[in-house]
Amino acid sequence: MKEDPGYFDYWPYENRPKIEWPNGAKVAFWVAPNIEYYELNPPANSQRAPWPTPAPSLPGYTVRDWGNRVGHVRQMELLDKYGIRGSISLSTALCDHHPEIIELCKERDWEFFSHGIYNTRYTYGMTEDQERDMIRDSMETIHKHTGQKCAGYLAPALSHSDNTLDLFAEVGTELFGDEGGIYTCDLFHDDQPTPIHLRSKKKFVSVPYSLEMNDTIAYVVNKIEPRRYGQQIKENFDRLYAEGAESGTIMCIPTHNYQVSYPHRMKAFEEALDYITSHDDVWVTTGREIAEFFLDNYYDASIADISSKQRTA
Amino acid sequence: MTLDKAYFDYPHRSYGMDHDRYDWSMLNDRKPVEWPEGKKLALWVNVPLQFFPLNQKGDPFKVPGGMTMPYPDLRHFSLRQYGNRIGIYRFLKAFDQYGVKPTFAMNTRLAETNPYLLNRIVERGDEIACHGYHMDAIHWNGLGNDVENELIKTSLDSLRKLTGQEIKGWLSPAKNESDHTPDLLAAHGIEYFSDWVNDDMPYQFRTSNGELTAMPLTTETEDHFVINGNKHSEDSWVEQVCDAADFLRKEADTQGGRILALNIHPWLMGQPHRIAKLEKALEYITQIDGAWPAYAGEIRNNWISQQ
Repeated sequence: MKEDPGYFDYWPYENRPKIEWPNGAKVAFWVAPNIEYYELNPPANSQRAPWPTPAPSLPGYTVRDWGNRVGHVRQMELLDKYGIRGSISLSTALCDHHPEIIELCKERDWEFFSHGIYNTRYTYGMTEDQERDMIRDSMETIHKHTGQKCAGYLAPALSHSDNTLDLFAEVGTELFGDEGGIYTCDLFHDDQPTPIHLRSKKKFVSVPYSLEMNDTIAYVVNKIEPRRYGQQIKENFDRLYAEGAESGTIMCIPTHNYQVSYPHRMKAFEEALDYITSHDDVWVTTGREIAEFFLDNYYDASIADISSKQRTA
Repeated sequence: MTLDKAYFDYPHRSYGMDHDRYDWSMLNDRKPVEWPEGKKLALWVNVPLQFFPLNQKGDPFKVPGGMTMPYPDLRHFSLRQYGNRIGIYRFLKAFDQYGVKPTFAMNTRLAETNPYLLNRIVERGDEIACHGYHMDAIHWNGLGNDVENELIKTSLDSLRKLTGQEIKGWLSPAKNESDHTPDLLAAHGIEYFSDWVNDDMPYQFRTSNGELTAMPLTTETEDHFVINGNKHSEDSWVEQVCDAADFLRKEADTQGGRILALNIHPWLMGQPHRIAKLEKALEYITQIDGAWPAYAGEIRNNWISQQ
């Protein structure tokens, strides 16, 4: 085990090269719906129990099923209303279980990125080969069902190994050259994209995917009220929008169809989306578009700037 | 530490669910339903009437709302009984004031030991469902089929005898089940159960003894979940309930009848400082244009007649 994963160098949030998003936007805004499949009877993993009570553990299983049966369409229609294309963090087995959802998202030109195969299969304890095979399976599944060359990764249930990011980037290159495996959502250290060190030296970027704005963190971990969540989203946006005048920032709302889509929570979420999209200088975009724009325009300058900030006095 | 090959087998990775209890189906793809007289939003107010034994075994877990302290946990025992002595009578007044038709999910043990309360509920003529034997009688695989079968039979036989009602509805303590609970419920004459919170509308659930109707008693807006679990204020709970009602009412305009299911506990919302908040929520939801206050079984039967 390491003291520090070594993925990123210290890079202070002052005097960075200015990022200018397309059309002079101050904030790149993206919504990342997690569309997940949790198994009723997953195999055991010695480091993490999938459910808190003996099988069949209905409370957790059934709300997640609710999300796919009921919540997904509610959220999708809301995103449609505000002109937002989702960037889906996908349990790729869902392509097999619920292809109707995949079709609806394809019709809308939403992005699909890998969130593993099932959200009840953890990376903990996998050998490097096992993890590589799992990641490859997930990326091939997305390609087979959607035609998309998977660009991003969020490890299943945020379970990682020391090899996760390297493996994802390497499999992406194997399968799709420079178009696959170019960004990660697994790191929460910044409000702007940052280059990530990999053993392959591949150009690879961390795209901010805010845990603080994540509906599951808000509702299940922090247990806040729906209206307060809506207010936090607006305030998060206000500050990133203001700072974006100096250098472009990123705002992400990661969602789950079994959290944000409940009837008692939709109003607050809608008000927040309405607020954000009513501003002029917002680039409503996807994870891949942000990653590609950064890699094409700011990656090299960022590397140079980060390097200059590592000098000792 | 390492994972064997079975961890990478995906035996259910195919169309539909990873079990065979019901078909995969998205709510918006289903045929819209119409409630009686053109009503849009069924109001299912579900009131658990519960007995939490002092000598709780907690097997396989301590039931939420149950004893948490070393024996004898008088504080939780008596506070739960507060609901059956005081809170419930505040509830009944509020229901009558706002025209709510409450469904009572009753622990059989409570009916056996509280004839006054039992008779009061029976005389009202409201629908009674079985909430298991008592709150510490949790249904799970560790019971074994025979023991669970006997538990269900005892719970239903006794409650049917005491109430004179057929008892067609079921809510498991803690909404917990074994793999066979639905099969056993169907064998003992249950028509609907409310343990699976995976939909906003009823759906048919397969058992080895015919189908049950799964009724959508959401946990997410219940008082215990929001106020005790999430630590939200009573005012926030009212706001959440009213927002949910507005949302579902609006959805009903384009997608057919919807159900607002509200699970409320007399030991919680029946407290003096909370009852006015419950009244406020009931006043709001019963005044919604197209609201249909109804018993769970009534909603179920109306829904199934349209399938």
